[in-house]
Amino acid sequence: MNAFTLLEYAAWIISAGLGLWMLIDMVKVNSRFSEDVLLSSREGDIEDHLVIDPEHQRHR
Amino acid sequence: MSDQTTAYTAVHGEKISLLRVLGPGHVWALGVGIVLVGEFMGWNFAVGKGGAQAALIACWVAGLLYTCVAMIDSEVTSTVAAAGGQYAQAKHIVGPLMAFNVGLFLVMAYTMLEAGNAITAGFLIQTVAGMAGFEAVHDKPFIVLTIVALAWLNYRGVFASLTFNLVITAIAFLSIIVLFLALQPWAPTLHRLDTLATGLPYGWLGVIASLHFGLWYYLGIEGTCQAAEEVRSPARSLPLGTMTGMITLLIAATLTWWICVGLMPWEYLGQAITPLFDAARLTGSVALMVLLFIGTIFSTLASANGCINDASRAWFSMGRDRYLPVWFGAVHPTYRTPFRAIVFLVPVALVFALGAPLDQVITFSILSGLLGYTFMSFNIVMFRKRWPVGRIKRGYVHPLHPLPAIVLLVLCAATYFAVFLGYGTQLLAMMSFYIIASAWFHFHRYRYVRRGDQFTMPWPRPQGY
Repeated sequence: MNAFTLLEYAAWIISAGLGLWMLIDMVKVNSRFSEDVLLSSREGDIEDHLVIDPEHQRHR
Repeated sequence: MSDQTTAYTAVHGEKISLLRVLGPGHVWALGVGIVLVGEFMGWNFAVGKGGAQAALIACWVAGLLYTCVAMIDSEVTSTVAAAGGQYAQAKHIVGPLMAFNVGLFLVMAYTMLEAGNAITAGFLIQTVAGMAGFEAVHDKPFIVLTIVALAWLNYRGVFASLTFNLVITAIAFLSIIVLFLALQPWAPTLHRLDTLATGLPYGWLGVIASLHFGLWYYLGIEGTCQAAEEVRSPARSLPLGTMTGMITLLIAATLTWWICVGLMPWEYLGQAITPLFDAARLTGSVALMVLLFIGTIFSTLASANGCINDASRAWFSMGRDRYLPVWFGAVHPTYRTPFRAIVFLVPVALVFALGAPLDQVITFSILSGLLGYTFMSFNIVMFRKRWPVGRIKRGYVHPLHPLPAIVLLVLCAATYFAVFLGYGTQLLAMMSFYIIASAWFHFHRYRYVRRGDQFTMPWPRPQGY
C-alpha cells in the first residue's frame, strides 16, 4: 500500500463523514424546527429587525 | 412535546433569512472564482478549432459578449436584490415560464460546471501521482471528495465559503501573473510568439468555430447576481464586484493566451488538458511547476465552490416561489444557508461527474449559459421599456443602451452556430430537454405557484399597463 492508496482511502472516509454529517444535521433541523420557521424566508427582505436566529435565541 | 427537542414554531413576524454578510470582495471572488478555471483548462480547445490567432479573436469577442452581460446584469441586479439572480429578474420582468427556464439554465450550467471541475481536480491528482511514479491511482475518490467537501463548506455558511474562495482565487490569479513575469516578456528567450502564433489554418470559419470554447474564458461571471440577497449593499457591491471581476478576467485571459501560444505549437495546445501547467513544465522551473499546479487545483476548487453556491441559490429561489416543491425553500436556522437545496444537488453533481465525459459536461454547461445570455439581451430591452431610467432607482445604469443588448444577441447567435458546428446533437438534446421541462411547468407545476406572492419588488406599475 503506497501513499496515494492511503490518500484514496482517506478521501473516501472524509467524503462519507462529511456527507453523513450534513444528512444528520439536516434530519435534526427538520425535526427541531417547524416548516413555517424554516420556510419563512421571503425574497428581497431587508428588514433586519425581523430576522431571528432561533438557535441563538434559545440559548440566551 | 415540551423538552429541548420541541419543534420551534415561529412567533408572528419572525423570519429566518439568508445572512447579509458579504462585501464587494466576496462578489469578486464568487464571479472570478467560478470563471478563472477557464484560463487553466478549456479555453485552449478554441486553439484546436481555429488556430492560435483565432483563439485570441475568440477571447476578445467573447470578452465583448461578457462585458455586455456584466453591464446589463449589473443594472438589472442593482434593482432586483434577490437570490436567484437572473431567475428573479426574469420573474419580475418577463414572466413565470421564462423565469422557470432561466432558473433551470442556471442550475444546469452551474451543476455541470461543478461536475467538470471535480473531474479536472481528480485528473490533476492522478497526473501528479503519475509524475511521482504511482500509476494506478483512481480519480473517483478525489472527485467525490471535491464535491462533498465543498458542499459541506457551503452548508456551513456563505461567509466562510466565499472568504475561502477569495483567498484561493487570488492565489490562482497571482500564479498566472508570476508565470507571465518569469517568462520575461521584455526579453523573450524561451517564449517564441513570433514563430508559434500562426495565421488562421481553417480560415474565418475556424474563428467562428473557436467562439464555442472562447466562452470558457469568462463562463459564469454572471453568477455574481446569485449573491444579491446576501451582500450588505447590493446596489453598490454587485456592480463593483462584477465589473472588477470582468476586468480581472480580461487581463487573465490575454496573459494566458500570450503565455501558452508562445510556448507550445497550436496543434498540441489545441488538445492539452492543463495548458498553463504544461507551460510551467516547459520553463523547467520546479518552483513554477508547483505554483501552477497549486494555481490549477485552487482554480478548480474555487470554481466548484462558487458553482455550488450559485446552483443552490437558484434551486432555493425556485422552491421558495413554489416553481419546485416548496420544501427546497428552507433556510438553515443556524448557518442561514439554503441547506436542503445544497444537499439535494450533491448527488446530481456526482452523477454527472462520475458518469459523463468532460467535454459533454462542459458543452451542456456552455449551452445552458448561452441560453441565459440570450434571455438577458431581450430582458434588458423589456426592463428599460417598462421601467425607464428615472422611474425606479437603479444602483447602476449601463451606457449606450440598446447597443450592448444588440451586440449580445448577435454574438449569442454566432456562438449557437459555432456550437452547432461541433456539438449539434447536444444542442438539439438540450433544447428538447428545456421544451419538455417548460411543458411540465406550464401544464402541471404552475397551478401550485402562489401567483401574487412571487412578485416582491416594490416597483411602480410598468409603463403602459
